Amino acid sequence: MTALAERPYGGSRGGSRGALALMLPALVPVLVFSVGPLLYGILLAFTDARSGRNTETSFVGLENFAELLSDGDFWESFRIGLVWGLSVTVLQFLASLGLALLLDQDLRLRGVARVLAVVPWAMPPVVIGLMWRLVYHPDAGLLNGLFGTRVDWLHDFSLALPAVIVVGVWTGMPQTTVVLLAGLQNVPRELYEAVSVDGAGAWRRFWNVTLPQLRPVIVAITSLDFVWNINQFSLVYVLTQGGPGGRTRLPMLFAYEEAFRYGFFGYAATLGVAITIVVLAVLGLYLWRQAREAA
Amino acid sequence: MRTDMTRALRYLALLGYVVFLAFPLLWLLSTALKTPQEMAALDPAWIPRRPTLANFADAFGEQDLVGAALRSLVVAVATALITVALALPAAYALARHRGAAGRVAIGWVLVSQVFPVVLVIIPLFMVLRRLELVNTLAGLTVVHVTFVMPFALWMLRGYVRAVPRELEEAAAVDGAGRLRALAAVVAPLLAPGVVATLLFGFISSWNEFLFALVILKDPEVETLPLTLVRFVGPEGVARLGPLAAASLLATVPSLVFFAIIQRRLRSGLMAGAVKG
Repeated sequence: MTALAERPYGGSRGGSRGALALMLPALVPVLVFSVGPLLYGILLAFTDARSGRNTETSFVGLENFAELLSDGDFWESFRIGLVWGLSVTVLQFLASLGLALLLDQDLRLRGVARVLAVVPWAMPPVVIGLMWRLVYHPDAGLLNGLFGTRVDWLHDFSLALPAVIVVGVWTGMPQTTVVLLAGLQNVPRELYEAVSVDGAGAWRRFWNVTLPQLRPVIVAITSLDFVWNINQFSLVYVLTQGGPGGRTRLPMLFAYEEAFRYGFFGYAATLGVAITIVVLAVLGLYLWRQAREAA
Repeated sequence: MRTDMTRALRYLALLGYVVFLAFPLLWLLSTALKTPQEMAALDPAWIPRRPTLANFADAFGEQDLVGAALRSLVVAVATALITVALALPAAYALARHRGAAGRVAIGWVLVSQVFPVVLVIIPLFMVLRRLELVNTLAGLTVVHVTFVMPFALWMLRGYVRAVPRELEEAAAVDGAGRLRALAAVVAPLLAPGVVATLLFGFISSWNEFLFALVILKDPEVETLPLTLVRFVGPEGVARLGPLAAASLLATVPSLVFFAIIQRRLRSGLMAGAVKG
């Protein structure tokens, strides 16, 4: 703060150096502990770095990438990651849009639903994971209690991924709902009145006014959700640790195991780079299509 | 007729949401209050017949919850204070100057969202190991500060922007120095925003799991999320009652703080999501 006192009042000229001085304290840790490691991480993807202290590290070029492409476990985890990322994002969006539309109206349960819709947002992901383990528990679980079944949801080869996806949707719904609700409330009321005069029903109003008006919000929140979901770790780690038999091993869990269980730092970094490329490609394609359709 | 039908359908849908959102939470609460006998019953009951607080006592007996909570508290408070102390001047500069540095900083806020944590966490672990910060709360705090920083900057920048420049100028003209103007006029207006950002930093750190998992290896230094996971034995869930009780306790601080800043967080997220 002392730097402030010595500078002349922040005009547009000569102020940038002062501004930079003010930003430095925040930028230094970010550079040292975030940007730096990120670049170093990309570099690591081209090495055979191991976790041991004494091993020599050398450049191996694209060797890791070649190995990744022929690694069946990677492809399986990659497939699971895409299924998880896309289905959670889409289901989250549809469920949140429905809830936001309901909350936007004058219904009686609205207050309760609003509070509930925000609670998961504040809960530690670890607690959410543990809570859903209780729900899915084969003996003392809520789900089997409700349906009178004896299913071990999280250990069943075909049910584990869908079960985990439900938790993902539950976890991410609050943020998406809140953002969509705010978007809905910003739609000018006159637009609705204008279409109502033309005799449009609820469906037409939704299709011709609400959706187009919401578009920027929808594009922004689904993109963010997709990125967040594909990078998810804690929730699934607590729920299944990637099991049973790797059926819920998302790419981040795969990378974590490679790095911190087996010590293959270089290989895990390669995986990180590969996932980044795919995420950017999917996101780029989506944003490009949206921009083209909007134009 | 038709409107009655749609109204009924709407209520049904809303009820469905309430059930979906509330049931896991209620189950957590119900499990926390059950006796072991009731937990073992084949037909799990919604409402415990003989509610007990024994699980809460057991939870403290089975794991070092107090120690873990204290360590989490230290890291979360330190993270919040350090982040805001470093971010405040930067946010001020970002809000008042339109230089290249500002654009780069904001750009980074967005870019940092895309990269998978794993790409950062491996080299970060190597750096921390070299600095002998692995297995220390200081190491975890440094990492938390770094990763809370972008959103904290974003939030604070918004609050500074909401303070009219004219107010500052007027105070400066009145003969007060720049620093006095800041302290007397701007600081009080910024206070609510600073509090919100502090709470945001606290919650983020209190809830964080992956970095803690990688950086803290010894039980003697682990934070609350790591200790919670210990309630799940290697063979799956071992003791459900204490686990539920401990989970509930760990959620309380986040929930209280979150309730306070919820609105501010929403507007911050909206501005971030839409204006880019």
